[in-house]
Amino acid sequence: MNEFDQMYREVILDHYRNPRGHGAMDDPDAEAEGMNPLCGDEVTIFVSLAEDGETIDDVKFSGRGCAISQAATSMLTEMVKGRSAIDVATLPKEELLEEIGIPLTPIRLKCALLGLGVLKVALHRAKGTPLPEEWAGLDDEFQVR
Amino acid sequence: MAVHAQPKLDARKLRGDFPILEQQIHGKPLAYLDSAVSAQKPRQVLDALRDFYETSYGNVHRGVYTLSERATEGYEGARQKIATFVNAPSPREIVFTRNATESINLVAYAWGLPTLGAGDLVVVTELEHHSNFVPWQYIAKRTGAGFRTIRLTDAGELDLDCLEEIATEGQVKVVAANYVSNALGTVNPVERLSAWAHEQGAIMVVDAAQAAPHRRVDVQALGCDFLAFSAHKMCGPTSVGALWGRHELLAKMEPFNLGGHMIRSVGLEDTTWGDVPAKFEAGTQPIAEAVGFGAAVDYLEEVGLEAIEQHEHELVAYALERMAEVPGITQYGPLPENRAGIVSFNLDGVHPHDVSQILDYEGVAIRAGHHCCQPLMKRLGVAATNRASFYLYTIPEEIDRLVDGLHKARKVFG
Repeated sequence: MNEFDQMYREVILDHYRNPRGHGAMDDPDAEAEGMNPLCGDEVTIFVSLAEDGETIDDVKFSGRGCAISQAATSMLTEMVKGRSAIDVATLPKEELLEEIGIPLTPIRLKCALLGLGVLKVALHRAKGTPLPEEWAGLDDEFQVR
Repeated sequence: MAVHAQPKLDARKLRGDFPILEQQIHGKPLAYLDSAVSAQKPRQVLDALRDFYETSYGNVHRGVYTLSERATEGYEGARQKIATFVNAPSPREIVFTRNATESINLVAYAWGLPTLGAGDLVVVTELEHHSNFVPWQYIAKRTGAGFRTIRLTDAGELDLDCLEEIATEGQVKVVAANYVSNALGTVNPVERLSAWAHEQGAIMVVDAAQAAPHRRVDVQALGCDFLAFSAHKMCGPTSVGALWGRHELLAKMEPFNLGGHMIRSVGLEDTTWGDVPAKFEAGTQPIAEAVGFGAAVDYLEEVGLEAIEQHEHELVAYALERMAEVPGITQYGPLPENRAGIVSFNLDGVHPHDVSQILDYEGVAIRAGHHCCQPLMKRLGVAATNRASFYLYTIPEEIDRLVDGLHKARKVFG
């Protein structure tokens, strides 16, 4: 497979065209909005937690941007449903990148990690915990609101 | 200057001067369509840099030995070439800077900061690159001056009808505009703006970063007071640019950077400034780069600015026509008659980053983003656009490959 077919492989295009978990949420337990100032990608993420207050019951996102940012966020919503909030808040980025499974240049890496970054900020804010060191400064970088 | 019809340039032949264009990207010949952000460098400029370092390098001024004299000759010779290039009345009116951005900052700080105050107005345009927008917005805030923008028509041209209204809102002290828009390619009526600025008792600052590489720039004909440009967009090295300014203004201004070379005498209590342009050239300058800048100006003169402008005009007309064939395309900016070799566009349903990524796999390099023009993007109602830009080495086949790539992007995302 050449680099082009790898990057725009069918699964990426499918998630871009038919994003999973696309939409908004009334009264979410966690919420944040961020952007990649480089290309104007925007993502807002909503999380609802199960009754135990720990398990991620549902994740929704809305936004606009390039195929990589939107497909990666769509894949992310599938990955994290049913997992514990603390687990996702500390999720290594490699896990998402493995799932995306395409070679990314440094500039596109930011697109791919936008959704995960915004989700982490949302969860840490809801829990009142600081961002892990690896992601420190992320809220500034992605201008998370 | 003798006016004579220049022969058309031979882009295919000129490409031979640019070693970087000989390579393949992802197995395809490189089509470099991003010259508005920075131009590639011909052998003549690269050779001038190497030759200078190998035979004539030393620090300039004050060195009482042969190498320093040679280096000074090279550096000051470049200043003379650049002065001639923009038809400056004197080479003393050319200040070497790092780039057009620093040139504009120099004027904003050294002229604007002590001059502006409450009741004054700083006027820029909605079409500005951040480099001619942010410094003025900042200095206006610092000094309490008002900040106004000349709005755009839907065609992407300056709407000069708003000038009258602006003039009623305060004492216009500075008008800052680009000659050619980096995002849309619009050629702005700088002569008219200069005349209006002077009627208001204001100075006119021109960002010529996108004009100087592509058309004849004549500071006396434009009637402006300051003009900024960068070598790297003109086939020259990075890290060197120039500010042209009227001598009487430069002479009255405070310095911008302070340190070595810019002084007349330094005492324990006080320091006096050197003459223009030394007053603005503190510290060791980009000496070899300035020499390379001079070589780039020689190269452009050899090719002919009128021929370059004509070549790009033909390319942009061809590109606008060919690209209009692509379904779902939105083109921004004026008609080819009033535009330099820049096309900005969006493809329905495909983000600019994906467009440029797909084009990269075809060996075609274009830019995607806000082009350092966020106020303009807001005016256009988009987060980003794609931008292809042309230069003296661009050939129509590269535009064909761009169009083919756009069809491919449509197919991938269809």
